[in-house]
Amino acid sequence: MGRSLKKGPFIDEKLMERIEELNRTRQKKVLKTWARRSTISPEFVGHTLAVHNGKKFIPVYVTENMVGHRLGEFALTRTFKAHGQAEKSAASPTGKS
Amino acid sequence: MARVAGVDLPREKRGEVALTYIYGIGTQTARTVLAQARVDANKRVKAWDEAETARVRDLIEREIKVEGDLRREISMNVKRLMDIGSYRGIRHRRGLPVRGQRTHTNARTRKGKSRGVMIKKKPVAAAAPAAAPAAPAAAAAKKA
Repeated sequence: MGRSLKKGPFIDEKLMERIEELNRTRQKKVLKTWARRSTISPEFVGHTLAVHNGKKFIPVYVTENMVGHRLGEFALTRTFKAHGQAEKSAASPTGKS
Repeated sequence: MARVAGVDLPREKRGEVALTYIYGIGTQTARTVLAQARVDANKRVKAWDEAETARVRDLIEREIKVEGDLRREISMNVKRLMDIGSYRGIRHRRGLPVRGQRTHTNARTRKGKSRGVMIKKKPVAAAAPAAAPAAPAAAAAKKA
């Protein structure tokens, strides 16, 4: 279920202000942000945002294709430890001994 | 021979059903197409005359994205998600469910057939042939 069009996209206002500031002064700085829920607006393109994933900031370089997605989609919050490989590497030393 | 969008329509079926044999056309689309082409939805494909077939074919090829074009569009959309490194793209890459379903159980459609539990014996059996050449060497080393 998408968001109501009546409301328009949700863009974190404070983040937007900071981006606007960078655009006005023609600077490129990495902006730390916790606003994972913010939609990426066209103004963000070309900037690098450090998006918090709950533990650390993941650098996200915003490209044109990303407009309309949320920042959080690009900073994963979960780490997946693979199955299997650990077992094999554990098994081979025991197999030899 | 009713050939629409590179697909042969089954001759014995009702038009409404026959059209769903085309990738990208379901019952709903089939009905609207036939209504627009002024063909009775219950009429069998073999009973269509030339003009009716032509109208249906024309309408589908002009207005609806079907078969190859549709498949290409879908794969392009998926590819875009993968290229921008979004969560959904990563789920596509890993072959896991994309829309937040549980993966503790189920999700077999995306994950493919069950691979079963890795039994402890199996990795040992796999390691044994590799270990076997090493073992005599080790034994020889011990003797010496």
